[in-house]
Amino acid sequence: MLLSAAIWIPIVAGVLVLVAGERNPWMRWIALAGAMLGFLVTLPLYTGFEPSSSAMQFVELRPWIERFNINYHLGIDGISLLFVLLNSFITILVVIAGWTVIETRIAQYFAAFLIMSGLLNGVFSALDAVLFYVFFEGTLIPMFIIIGIWGGPNRVYAALKFFLYTLFGSLLMLIAMLYLYNEAGGSFAILDWHKVPLSLGVQIALFFGFLFAFAVKVPMWPVHTWLPDAHTEAPTGGSVVLAAILLKLGAYGFVRFSLPILPDASRYLAFMMVALSLIAIAYIGFVTLVQTDLKRLIAYSSISHMGFVTLGFFLFNALGVEGGLVQMISHGFVSAAMFLCVGVLYDRMHTRMIADYGGVVNTMPKFATLMMLFAMANAGLPATSGFVGEFMVIMGAMKANFWIALTAATIGILGAAYTLWMYKRVIFGAVANDHVAKLGDLNYREIIVLGTLALAVLWMGVYPKPFTEVMHSSVSDLLRHVAVPKL
Amino acid sequence: MNAMLLIDHLPVLPEVLLLLGACALMIFDLYVKDEGRGASAVFAQVVLYLCAAATLFVEFGTRSHLYLFNGLFVVDHFANLLKLVCYLAVSAALVYSRSYLHERGMLRGEFMSLLLFSLLGMMVLISAASFLTIFLGLELMSLCLYAMVALNRDSATSTEAAMKYFVLGALSSGLLLYGMSMIYGATGTLTINEVAREVARQVGSPADRTLLVFGLVFVMAGLAFKLGVVPFHMWIPDVYHGAPTPVTLIIGSGPKVAAFAMAVRLLVNALPALAPDWQQMLALLAILSIALGNITAIAQSNLKRMLAYSAIAHMGFMLLGLLSGFVGDNWNSRNDAYSASLFYMIVYAVMSVGAFGMLVYLSHAGFECENLEDMRGLNRTHPWYAFLMLIIMFSLAGIPPTAGFYAKLAVFQAAVAAGHVWLAVAAVLLSLVGAYYYLRVVKLMYFDDPVAAQRVRPQPVGRLVLSANGLVLLLVGILPQNVMAICKAAIELL
Repeated sequence: MLLSAAIWIPIVAGVLVLVAGERNPWMRWIALAGAMLGFLVTLPLYTGFEPSSSAMQFVELRPWIERFNINYHLGIDGISLLFVLLNSFITILVVIAGWTVIETRIAQYFAAFLIMSGLLNGVFSALDAVLFYVFFEGTLIPMFIIIGIWGGPNRVYAALKFFLYTLFGSLLMLIAMLYLYNEAGGSFAILDWHKVPLSLGVQIALFFGFLFAFAVKVPMWPVHTWLPDAHTEAPTGGSVVLAAILLKLGAYGFVRFSLPILPDASRYLAFMMVALSLIAIAYIGFVTLVQTDLKRLIAYSSISHMGFVTLGFFLFNALGVEGGLVQMISHGFVSAAMFLCVGVLYDRMHTRMIADYGGVVNTMPKFATLMMLFAMANAGLPATSGFVGEFMVIMGAMKANFWIALTAATIGILGAAYTLWMYKRVIFGAVANDHVAKLGDLNYREIIVLGTLALAVLWMGVYPKPFTEVMHSSVSDLLRHVAVPKL
Repeated sequence: MNAMLLIDHLPVLPEVLLLLGACALMIFDLYVKDEGRGASAVFAQVVLYLCAAATLFVEFGTRSHLYLFNGLFVVDHFANLLKLVCYLAVSAALVYSRSYLHERGMLRGEFMSLLLFSLLGMMVLISAASFLTIFLGLELMSLCLYAMVALNRDSATSTEAAMKYFVLGALSSGLLLYGMSMIYGATGTLTINEVAREVARQVGSPADRTLLVFGLVFVMAGLAFKLGVVPFHMWIPDVYHGAPTPVTLIIGSGPKVAAFAMAVRLLVNALPALAPDWQQMLALLAILSIALGNITAIAQSNLKRMLAYSAIAHMGFMLLGLLSGFVGDNWNSRNDAYSASLFYMIVYAVMSVGAFGMLVYLSHAGFECENLEDMRGLNRTHPWYAFLMLIIMFSLAGIPPTAGFYAKLAVFQAAVAAGHVWLAVAAVLLSLVGAYYYLRVVKLMYFDDPVAAQRVRPQPVGRLVLSANGLVLLLVGILPQNVMAICKAAIELL
């Protein structure tokens, strides 16, 4: 029941906010209560989780559409557990961050985020392919509306691009799923598909079917172009959810579908995935360097960081896969924090251009301190969460192939370059103009949000064991699946 | 003796009631003044409810098939289900269009009695067990619709649309008749079951087969006209655009359902032995319709025209199920495939009624809501209607969690199971194209500012029905099992 609660509590809260209406003074509190409650019910998932087992836990199985043998089948393993927690946690921050910033159609704003939060929990806990697909696609609708209504000047273009790009990927995945359904003798259960024998040709075709859906979501080079537009135009909360959670759907899909169901194709095409990941890290790293827009810069840096995730997954060793997963969680914290930092600046200055800033440290010392921490985490400094994931992936790469490791480690320097250069231009130096001179430092709400994230980033950087220990057995089980050919 | 006759013919009770009701309505309407015209609409609604009750009553007594009038007329679950869908569509159409027609001076007895007579035509068509009844039902339905399109006789576009509809409709009826006469020539019978038996016997010999396939081509052309699939789709955009919106609403729902029934009766019931032939034809029609409908819809600035092209595309999707029943010399996937089409058809009828109903509802005296621009900023002025339209649009686009998604899922599954993977991939990619223009409507409603203050008449009943119409798409989207099971049961006993 816990998983159902994690899915439906935010959705119900979202509907309540909508019903309460725009003029209701309590709607923010309803939203916050819904988000809090949604997070609270996920905590027993962690405490009650049995880390030594690789089986699905907290399983719920009810018939849903008997006509196609589709079940309401939920469950989490060590891979998905942390994402449910992360998502529910980030939702609270998003609600708080949007408290006074959003001025138009406030109820719709909170409702969209809460409903999306529930749907995202559904994606991470669905064990039935159609259920997964429904949640996966369902998230498009609130995100489309979030970008389109509360976004920046070019929001309509960005919203349409986001929707159509991701829909394109998902539709091909749908056909792949239907094919697997028939091959598996009429079952949509993801775990059943692990056992279906498939020829290499079919596996490769299906791999590409899934690849489009997941690569667009990650996003991998060269299907990443929707992301900078969507991020730049989305409101702060939208960017946070997009970067922290939505991008994880793609990478999660690789681990849940591509690797265990299509092991031979995964190994056969691993070189391609590794190459695409390295291109993302390197090429997008350079692109990031020259960005003049703060949000665009962080958006590109997200693509580059997600490159480490996909790289880790296709090395087929425990360090790589776990490193990828840790990197996903860490990126959830760090990118959320970075976008919130930009949001803090944007709310005061109404510009995202780096050139309009300079010397912010003089007027906003608290902010500068916190942002320093997040910038360091983004650059992958040891003792921050950003270091752990990248380090594990590079170690994994070292095991697989020295040259991949060398390339990844070398171009990883770019991450430090673009983040710190951006930080220097925005924060340090003389006060750039009158607007900067008039800036007020963080208010208590912003301190709560950013401070919580800072703690998370440090905790994960100093003591990552609580995060990694839950995934060990699930990851080794996954690697066992990948190692066995199913031709 | 008389009592026996009455009991024997009890299964046609809905049709009899409707006929009597329609005739009574014509007389009743003579005594109603213009201001009290609403009474006639209520009268028509009552007739519909009685028919629905009668159909439910018949449904309880229906085991599998009941043949009446020497095998001219059949009552089965399939027919009862589709009849109920038609009642719902017509009843909703009456509710939505009442003030629209009233404000334009079109709320006359003719409209309502024509509507009921065309419904009678649909019902006869749905229950047809012989070529003769098919033609009878088809003509009764179509002739009433031609007249309804021209109801606004002072409007040039309406009369043009009616003319086009009539000429092309007559032509298609001619083609259909020609095809039927060929098959009659080959088989010597008009009754569908006997045709099926005869065709199965003859299909082995090449000489007979040529004649049968020749007839099939013409039957198919007539069917394609009525369903409005490429390349027989030309009338759809003009008629949808030119007809008064309430009439478009009617044309887009009930008659489509009836045409689907006709396709099932003619292809699945009468000519199953020719399945390999007609499945190929349907595959071509389907993919062309999906492609042309979705691509052309993008270029439309008129919402009614856009929905017309979307109707063409949707009929193409529906055909994906109909062409997947007979696979590799066996009928194993028959029930899955045809029930997918049936489910698609029912969901589409609900979506279409909702979409056009919204247009009717948002129109008022001196303002036709029919251009894309008219949807601008609806979320600011009427958030609830915008939300309903959002559901309908996402459902048409096939995005979960709406009913439209499961409709697409079912037909794609049928196509993939039948081995038409490439057809499914093409259809899926074209449905991405389709998503664009549905999204554009959502974009206009949610992201843009309203141009002028939109005013909606307070119509409590209409609001209620429209809300139910939109929400049912969401409800079926979350719990589709029951409707799917009903569809499957109806097909199993076909």
